[in-house]
Amino acid sequence: MEFPIFMDNHSTTPVDPRVMEVMIPYFTKAFGNSASRNHSFGWEAEKAVDRARGQIAQLLHCQAKEIIFTSGATESNNLAIKGAAEMYHEKGNHIITVVTEHKAVLDSAKRLERDGFEVTYLPVESDGLVSLEAVKDAITDKTILISIMMANNEIGVIQPIAEIGVIAKEKGVLFHCDATQGVGKIPVDVQAMGVDLLSLSAHKIYGPKGIGALYVRKRNPRVRIAPLIDGGGHERGMRSGTLNIPGIVGLGEACEICEKEMTEEAARMKRMQQRLQSLIMEGLDEVYLNGHGEKRLPQNLNMSFAYVEGESLLMGLKEIALSSGSACTTASLEPSYVLRALGVGSDLAHSSLRFGLGRFNTDEEVDYVAKRVIETVIRLREMSPLYEMAKEGIDLKSVQWAEH
Amino acid sequence: MSYSNKVIDHYNNPRNMGSLDKADESVGTGIVGAPECGDVMKLQLKVENGVIEDAKFKTFGCGSAIASSSLATEWVKGKTIDEAFAIKNVEIVSELNLPPVKIHCSVLAEDAIKAAIADYRNKNGED
Repeated sequence: MEFPIFMDNHSTTPVDPRVMEVMIPYFTKAFGNSASRNHSFGWEAEKAVDRARGQIAQLLHCQAKEIIFTSGATESNNLAIKGAAEMYHEKGNHIITVVTEHKAVLDSAKRLERDGFEVTYLPVESDGLVSLEAVKDAITDKTILISIMMANNEIGVIQPIAEIGVIAKEKGVLFHCDATQGVGKIPVDVQAMGVDLLSLSAHKIYGPKGIGALYVRKRNPRVRIAPLIDGGGHERGMRSGTLNIPGIVGLGEACEICEKEMTEEAARMKRMQQRLQSLIMEGLDEVYLNGHGEKRLPQNLNMSFAYVEGESLLMGLKEIALSSGSACTTASLEPSYVLRALGVGSDLAHSSLRFGLGRFNTDEEVDYVAKRVIETVIRLREMSPLYEMAKEGIDLKSVQWAEH
Repeated sequence: MSYSNKVIDHYNNPRNMGSLDKADESVGTGIVGAPECGDVMKLQLKVENGVIEDAKFKTFGCGSAIASSSLATEWVKGKTIDEAFAIKNVEIVSELNLPPVKIHCSVLAEDAIKAAIADYRNKNGED
């Protein structure tokens, strides 16, 4: 086993060596600009881009022409939401999204609010799922866009995308899906799911950082979005700028590998996820799973360890890369807004860990991580006044805490 | 966030972690913070002839909170009550090299010392 162990694959993933291998020639030899129409360097680059578009399209079940390359999912989300808002603002000024979305979606929506749009932020149930009734009820004749993620980056819950797609179609509202955490991990079919715009990123699926894509539907309906970046009119005018050829090649290859290996990989991830969960739950009491038990990515496990604070837990697990919903791991002092939206108390939100399994994790690592988590939680509970009080039978909810 | 070596040392080898008998007349107990805020400190002092003979802590919180309270127990031992009362959070900040985002941990440790002293004084009619 090599240290440190990386089990934070929702934050990013290592580039698959097979992906890097196909990228390398595009840095030094086939370095052309795909917009150069008059020489072989340009043609070779264009060929590479076309191939990658095809690889991505195959994974999403769309046409190659419907793929717009961006710098990553943050840009894709911004482009989809702000681009659609600008293009369709005469039709309406209402957008629907969900409180547990990624900040790239929420902050795009917030900016539009400042520009006069109205945004409905739907709540989620305690399992992290949005209710279809709530989506339906939120739609008005002013609604132009619904933006709901496929899988959540913290708790891994998978939203009912196909069902939301049906609702959006019925009402004639565009549907954007931030599928950054879903693509490559679970089957995605933009036709079957009724998605009109879909964001993805390479570095979450063993591709390089700095490259992503936005699927923009061309038919039924033909979706148009205003660009955020003006320039040479690349990417059908929706995203100007010289294409990042090595990145695009890497993204394409990453998608192809995911498509070929998804069934086998998902089964392996599921097995590891269940093993990790059951080992930890057998070893400790008062551990709570955050998010729906079944409707979640096979790679994800998010748990709260009562009476122990997440950052100190991570500190005790320094040879393992994980993340926590504790405020202390970020610049703000508020704990995870995603967990709070599920109704998880602030105390348990501070006590959460996110495990993100990935392609390169092993069973041996899962066993090691479970063992270390158990040890560390036990050690920190010994140190925790809350655990001591709970063991004395004091109801912590009844204590008058001096909030600070 | 990277931690100073001193914070890591206190986290790995907490000084005076544990509990004293809170019913003991010579023991003052201070519990500060709130679970919702992500940190709760319990600091206890055992006072003999006006001098703090022993101190214990238990902390729910980040590494800096654990280190701040661990350091506080180290510092108060052997001090008179008045000397302990005079300990300032900024001294903890500088000893542990706490970054600005962790200053509240040192404030909490100072509060915990004062709360424990107040409890002791209260028990012994020294308000």
